[in-house]
Amino acid sequence: MNPGIGMKTVQEILVNVDKCTGCRACEMACSAFHSNPQFSSINPAKARIHVVSNELTDEYVPIFAGNHTRSGCDGRHVYTIDGKTYSECSFCRASCPTRENFIEPDSGLALKCDMCESTPPLKQPWCVEVCGEHALVYSEREVEREEPARAAPGQLEVGLQALMKQHGMEAVIARLKDIGKEK
Amino acid sequence: MRYAETGFNLEIDLTLGTVERVETELDLAGSYLGGQGSAAKLLWERVPPETDPFSPDNLLIFSTGLLHGTPLPACNRTVVNTFSPQTNLMSHSLFGGFFGPELKYAGYDKIVIRGKATDLVYLYINNDKVEIRDATHLRGKGCTETGDLLKKELKDQRIQVAAIGLAGENRVYMASIDHNHASAARGVGVIMGDKRLKAIAVRGTKAVNVARPAELFEMSQRIHQKMAGSSGCGDWMAVDEDDSFHHNHFAWGNARTRRPGYWNKELQDRWTNLKYDNMDRQTGCYNCPKKCRNVIKMPGQQRFGYKCFGKDTYHMAAFLELDFSYEILGIAQEYGVDSYSTPQVMAFALELLDAGILQDKDFPEMPEDVRGRFFYLLEKIVRREGIGDILADSVSQAARRIGNGAEAYDHNTTKKFEQLPIKLGKLNPAYFLMIATGEKMSITQIEGSFPQDPLPTEEQRQEFVNKWEAVPDEKFKDYFLNWKKRSDISDEATCDIVDWNEAMHYIDDSLGFCGFVSSFRGQFGGDVPYHMNNIPEAIALATGVAMDKPKLWKNFQRIRTLIRAVNVRRGLRRKDERPPEDHWAVRDEQYEQELLSKYYAFKGWNSEGIPTRQTLESLDLAYVADDLEQRGILDPADGGPR
Repeated sequence: MNPGIGMKTVQEILVNVDKCTGCRACEMACSAFHSNPQFSSINPAKARIHVVSNELTDEYVPIFAGNHTRSGCDGRHVYTIDGKTYSECSFCRASCPTRENFIEPDSGLALKCDMCESTPPLKQPWCVEVCGEHALVYSEREVEREEPARAAPGQLEVGLQALMKQHGMEAVIARLKDIGKEK
Repeated sequence: MRYAETGFNLEIDLTLGTVERVETELDLAGSYLGGQGSAAKLLWERVPPETDPFSPDNLLIFSTGLLHGTPLPACNRTVVNTFSPQTNLMSHSLFGGFFGPELKYAGYDKIVIRGKATDLVYLYINNDKVEIRDATHLRGKGCTETGDLLKKELKDQRIQVAAIGLAGENRVYMASIDHNHASAARGVGVIMGDKRLKAIAVRGTKAVNVARPAELFEMSQRIHQKMAGSSGCGDWMAVDEDDSFHHNHFAWGNARTRRPGYWNKELQDRWTNLKYDNMDRQTGCYNCPKKCRNVIKMPGQQRFGYKCFGKDTYHMAAFLELDFSYEILGIAQEYGVDSYSTPQVMAFALELLDAGILQDKDFPEMPEDVRGRFFYLLEKIVRREGIGDILADSVSQAARRIGNGAEAYDHNTTKKFEQLPIKLGKLNPAYFLMIATGEKMSITQIEGSFPQDPLPTEEQRQEFVNKWEAVPDEKFKDYFLNWKKRSDISDEATCDIVDWNEAMHYIDDSLGFCGFVSSFRGQFGGDVPYHMNNIPEAIALATGVAMDKPKLWKNFQRIRTLIRAVNVRRGLRRKDERPPEDHWAVRDEQYEQELLSKYYAFKGWNSEGIPTRQTLESLDLAYVADDLEQRGILDPADGGPR
């Protein structure tokens, strides 16, 4: 697959929670593939996909690891779908300090789904490969490449601009000069 | 490094409140495998035969299978063993789900529990942290409710919990241990309750290592794919809405009344609608592509899951319809009672009332309608209130406590255990041997590899054997090709068939495989993903221990013979090995006893069903022979050379 200029391939795992049986074969295969040597050890706690499940509430939601965040959240939002309630965490892909999901149990480092990146590339990620019910489906699509975003302004720049907005540019410069002399 | 197994057991003493992590001997992997095999060894070594099941010295053992936690699919059934107060023999039970693999990921092959706590406790296992915690706040809570409460209390949704309900707390003999809509029955819940252990909560984040990773993963994926697309494994009853087989052929009530022609299209349509109108989904166990469990949510009631014949037992015992089973199952499962034996106990009680052996005064304030009566009896049994205290001891023991002719109504037990309610015409030799000599107590845990019935034409039989990969020996193909009438088969073939059927269960229950992909399922179509011709390779790749078919077969024989010895030492003898007298209408006592003698000889057991010294020594069980001789159970003169 060779995207044209200005195009890129987006890899996605589409999740159908209605089809999930909760078997967690996806977790098994993910942890096996990412072990070293490959397939040598199985540990679902190291998987980059987790099935959030609760047999009492009929909740079966596979989530695969997204970005790491250093701050947790209260996770208090409750979603009601088809009469069944789900917590905010059920759908959240972040590895965060609030919960154990997607934190490597030995090192404490964050885990992130890499779509089973491999050379040569796999046909599809292992979690999708072992999902007998096709609750997980792999998809690739071409999208236009976005313009690279301008570098975000640094903290100092943000602070100075706020001061200038409040006090005027000249007052800020004058005060900075004074401070320089005092030092 | 140990492969496939962790090499450690947890030893819990509930009397002393101690927890030990004990390294196990490496050669266990080769000799007794894991699961039930190595558990039987512990029971032999550590529970003297005179130990009362209610003694603190009785052990309750939760075992992972040797191959739990490896990539091999459908390897997840946790084995529970102890001694049962119902039979006074070794209890063998299993439950599916996620518990066993999680225990391995926590770093343990087994939990061995001895002693008794003074009040309800639960065991919390989080990798190396193992605590015995107060569980008095969980008293009276349902099985899945307990799991839910513990997940909240421990703030971890990924914990796996096995718990007893009110029935186990009250030492009901039919009590089960439940986990994730799966349950272990046949005498284990009562001992968990007696030890005052309400639940075990496990969380594991360690790795299970395998010896030959790439090859094992490739094999696992090949089997996974075969399973996913195959109708030759899994529980077809989860989706086949034609359940005429059970309803037309099994006996209703107290295993009493057959209703041929009961099933009809109108009924099937109505029941199918009831199911799909109230079914959330079908779920599977750990790392298995099948989805054998139907999860039902009736309006205003708690969710429950069932598989197989479990959906029929209550309404067939009560002469009602599926809606009644749906109504009572959710409640009964939360109380934690076995759905196979409990309905028979209730139907037995109502028969005694009809017969005048029990009186109205024994059932104060019992409703008139049968639906209300079953709910009434369930409440009495799980609380051991009034007549429920007697019924909670199971049919056979309750009959003896009630007396006054009640014993005659105990007509469907073997070794004091409730059998499936099957009443047939002419004796089936293989089934006679399986029910008589089986020590897993239920025929579903004994039958399963060789088809139940012959195929009508030679072409069909030829076609069947042509693709029959599972046979451990070509002779089974000959047996099947030449088999035309169910009862018309040689005694030699019968012994071989029973032995093979048994073998696969003993192997599955030591490795952790589910019977629906192996031991139970081959009889229906022959196309099971796990069998004697590929399991040795799976063991070798996972454990690194050399394994081949003869060695695995010998492992089966060793484990099976050891379990026989465990039970013989507790008193099991030939006289106990009788299927229910009315299991078949036409019986031939002389032939049955001849067949039993031939089977004992085939197994290397003496005329009382006791393994001979020669047999024991050939299976590296000389220490068992020594013990049986010292106890005067084996006669040195009879058991071959010392």
